[in-house]
Amino acid sequence: MGAAMPDLQAAVDDFCTKLRRRQVEGSMDTAKFTALLLRQVISHQRIPPSAQASTLIDAVKSVGLRMIDANRLELAIGNVVRRVLHIIREEDASLETDGVTGINLITDSDDENDGYNIAQSGVSAAAVAAANRSALRAPSLHNLLEWIPSSGATTTVGPTITDPEVRSRSSDKNSRSWKLKHSVIEGVNELLNDIENYHSQVAEQALEHIHQNEVILTQGRSRTLLHFLLEARKKRSFQVFICEGAPRYDGHILAKELAEADLQTTVITDSAVFAMISRVNMVIVGAHAVMANGGVIGPVGLHMVALAARRHAVPFVVLTGLHKLCPLYPHNPHVLLNDMRSPSEILDFGDVSDCLDDTTGGPRLRAVNPAFDYVPPELISLFITDSGGHNPSYLYRLVAEYYSPEDFAL
Amino acid sequence: MAQKKGSKQEVADDEIHVPLQAILMADSFAQKFRPITLERPKVLLPLVNVPMIDYTLEWLASAGVEEVFVFCCAHAKQVTTYLDRSNWRSQPNFAITIIESHDCLSIGDALRFIDQRNVVRGDFVLVSGDVVSNMPLTEVLRQHKERRKKDKLSVMTMVVKRSKLSPITHQSRLGNNELVLVIDPASKQLLYYDAGFEPANKDSSQRQIVKHVILDKSIVADRSAVQLCTDLQDCHIDICSPEVLMLFTDNFDYQRLRRDFVKGLLSDEVMGNKVYTYEIYRDYAARVDNLRAYDTISKDIIHRWTYPLVPDIQFGGNRGASKLDRCNVYKGPGIVISRTAKIGENTVLGEGTVIGENSVIVNSVIGRGCIIGNNAIVENSYVWNNVTIGDDARMKESVVCDGVVVKSGAVMEPGVVLSFKVVIGSDFTVPAYSKISLVAQPTEEGSSDEELECADTTSDAGESPPGSLPVELSTPNGASSEILMDSVAARQWDSSEVGNQGAGFKWIIKEGSQTEEWRHSVAPFPKELLEDILKRQIHYDNEDAIDSGAISGAESTPSTGLNDDDDVDDLDQDEQENDSSFFEREVEETFRRAVSETSGVQQDHVVLEVNALKLAYNLSFSDCAGAMFRAFLNLALEEPHTSSASGELLSNTTLVITKWAPLLKRFLKSEDDEVEVLLKFEEVCVEASKEFARLFVLILQLLYDKDLISEDAILSWAFEKKGADESDKVFVKQCEKFIQWLQEASEEEDQEEET
Repeated sequence: MGAAMPDLQAAVDDFCTKLRRRQVEGSMDTAKFTALLLRQVISHQRIPPSAQASTLIDAVKSVGLRMIDANRLELAIGNVVRRVLHIIREEDASLETDGVTGINLITDSDDENDGYNIAQSGVSAAAVAAANRSALRAPSLHNLLEWIPSSGATTTVGPTITDPEVRSRSSDKNSRSWKLKHSVIEGVNELLNDIENYHSQVAEQALEHIHQNEVILTQGRSRTLLHFLLEARKKRSFQVFICEGAPRYDGHILAKELAEADLQTTVITDSAVFAMISRVNMVIVGAHAVMANGGVIGPVGLHMVALAARRHAVPFVVLTGLHKLCPLYPHNPHVLLNDMRSPSEILDFGDVSDCLDDTTGGPRLRAVNPAFDYVPPELISLFITDSGGHNPSYLYRLVAEYYSPEDFAL
Repeated sequence: MAQKKGSKQEVADDEIHVPLQAILMADSFAQKFRPITLERPKVLLPLVNVPMIDYTLEWLASAGVEEVFVFCCAHAKQVTTYLDRSNWRSQPNFAITIIESHDCLSIGDALRFIDQRNVVRGDFVLVSGDVVSNMPLTEVLRQHKERRKKDKLSVMTMVVKRSKLSPITHQSRLGNNELVLVIDPASKQLLYYDAGFEPANKDSSQRQIVKHVILDKSIVADRSAVQLCTDLQDCHIDICSPEVLMLFTDNFDYQRLRRDFVKGLLSDEVMGNKVYTYEIYRDYAARVDNLRAYDTISKDIIHRWTYPLVPDIQFGGNRGASKLDRCNVYKGPGIVISRTAKIGENTVLGEGTVIGENSVIVNSVIGRGCIIGNNAIVENSYVWNNVTIGDDARMKESVVCDGVVVKSGAVMEPGVVLSFKVVIGSDFTVPAYSKISLVAQPTEEGSSDEELECADTTSDAGESPPGSLPVELSTPNGASSEILMDSVAARQWDSSEVGNQGAGFKWIIKEGSQTEEWRHSVAPFPKELLEDILKRQIHYDNEDAIDSGAISGAESTPSTGLNDDDDVDDLDQDEQENDSSFFEREVEETFRRAVSETSGVQQDHVVLEVNALKLAYNLSFSDCAGAMFRAFLNLALEEPHTSSASGELLSNTTLVITKWAPLLKRFLKSEDDEVEVLLKFEEVCVEASKEFARLFVLILQLLYDKDLISEDAILSWAFEKKGADESDKVFVKQCEKFIQWLQEASEEEDQEEET
């Protein structure tokens, strides 16, 4: 399959190399690049008349696996690959139902309905997907609420949203594969859009959570966090305590950014969290990844902050995009989902070089520099995502909604 | 972070896009990894299961280098084949060009060869294929280019990193000698470079622990401060301007980059070329120069100082599927570890390795496809691919190459090196620091120039190309493969060396290089040795209490200490004494090489080489003559003779002097030189070989007869000695009659002239 698209292969290789060299990092960037590349894969993929969906799935999987292997710690890559696979499966299923039901309902269609569908072409897939979901598994509260205003009928009368053009050409395999490809690409575009804009959607909810004169404690630096706080700043005045986030000290950068936005900011050392927490009304942090059990992988030191917050009954709120939601359960996360970085971030090599080896009988010194911390779901009060606020115990429902179970293990 | 840097660079490059080039030396022109390197080039040896060259290439690629010239000489085929098979050739924006040569003997030759090719277009990175680093090049390149804009003469920027020396052995973590650098703290210009090039390691026991540094006055003259550093490590990463290649071509006698080129630039005030340093703090860079460095750097990789060049991240030949467990245990895919086996900390297990019951593996690297039996113990060792280690075998601080079989119950003591496919018989104990290879050790001829780093192979004097110094060298390819064939054909192994049914030749450690062996081995220093060194150090401390006080003062406040004239003089003398002993040794070795050759032509070469040494050590002809004469005597002494019959010794000496008289004559330019020879002769008789004492007059007469020493010289020597102590006069008294005769003869002559 790769022969037809040398450019694409080169682009994938390039991305993988960058991942390996740690030149592209962070869930947002990796997720975006992954989605862009997968969209290219899909649009370049030639689809044979039979087994259309499975060829697409295979193509996406083979490229996706390479990207996942390049940096296993960027869980967002795997998430996006699974999301894309899910989109393909859903679209395929919806086309199946179209094919079957379309003939039966051919007389029901009228021009009005047609117009509506063209306007909704972007969401049609999702709507159909929702319909399928309702058929396949117990309806989720979220689904029901989400789709009631647009069309109450979609959940039950999915087949009615069908395009007469599609139906007329549904016997024509080429057009069906074109349709599949087209709608999958639409779906991926939507995903990309979500990834790019999730922080503004998260930020919109800021006013509901941050109140006048509150004291917020945070750790690490993330784009979501910055937008969230700045959004709240527009209407409210409050204080922010920032843990500096050793050894990368990205807290310092965030502090500067917030202070420039005229927000009262205080920087504290990571070890001062417990001393300060009694004055704090709410802890708000960003996350690197969210696991299916509701646990969070975040910058190192986050677990300590969460424990301090629990001890003083301060709400611990995690901001996250849905692309960070990983359908896997954490197993030994301190080791397997951690990135052990160079000790040079902690220690100066020149200072300690005489203690590093025992050839001279001197002391032996070593430094461990994990990048991430795992916070168990019990310590988390709330997730604020682009689809609203969720309890940790609710995340498995979101997982079921956005991923197909057959893709959990790639 | 990395992304930002990348984009910045692009902007800078947009003006005129000159691809960033690098020259990678896939040949170290050294033989510290022998016997392993006889069969495989050093750059392909696995370092934590990945060939060294992959570390270097990956670093270059990720640092934004776009074009790499890989220079191969020894085992060029293997390197080429490896690169062709790897995916380096298919990387976008990363071109590898292989430059192959078969008659380059040093890095100098290699750079001259590359210069002829005219491939280097701009500033380039010069690096050896055994450098492990993760430093970004953006900043150092920017600084280099900025300096170049201001001053065309700043031709090179050297990367250095702080790394402390061991307080006891005074060697760096990488097994090198103490490196003394003098840097201008403001401009970072390098003013002085001394890596202890002298073959001091041969008897570091006699090495002065308190070292003296002599700085030219011009260095401190117009600077407000200079910085004297002993805790910097040379990373062997250089950013060079194209002029560097030209300088190598112009100075065709430059062999080594540091010893000749850098020293040459620093001492050459006429051209005014400058070398700068760039210190890295957070990033890692080190060169695998010897087995100790191999050990240290492997540990650094396992401890992740080289992140992201670590075993669990894919790069180059590293398939990266290994998983990191707690305590730095890296496990490759498909390994089988028995339930009772213990895998200790800091261990890497390669793909498909099998480990038997109750075996213990600690602080070690095990390659791919190894089979380790039951109850085996592997500690601090490096086991490469497809090695079989039998039941109950024990291994400590050893290096075991591909395909080795260690049968059950065998024991490796610390420092053992087993080269490719060696077999160690069961229950055999390999003594400490042994090196065993299927390739027989080259004959003694070649080992005489052991201190010359560039000598890479067995001696084969005929091949040394015209124009270069007559160092016995040859291209290793042909020679080594022939040896290999021979040895395999022979198939007769000494069971006292490798045990029953073993296979391999034991390499004999050369006389005097034992200390070097310790310094460069994978194994730590033996305890007794450390105690010994410690004792000596205390001794030195007491002896040089005043002296070292002056030095430490100089180190902390360099400008004040060094401006003191008296101080400088003191240092001068000491340093010269120190130097001259090295010098003498070098002269002697040069001479010995000439002796081992039969052709008379060699004499010219000796003269050339000794002259070069003379310049290097800044000595006079008289020193050369003295050293040369001493070499004669030592040679004569080595010939078989009974201690009682001095006649034999005399005839030996006569033979040597007769044969080599013309050579010595070349250095006797004036009467003073001749006197120096006499003084040296005296010194030898008193200090080293008392056997000559009885023969003093006879040999003196011989020298006189051969016209080597003029009567004036002898007379002035006698005159000089008049004022000396009684003990010093022993020889003058011995020669009283001879001198008297000379005096009379000259007086007669004078009278004759008068009449």
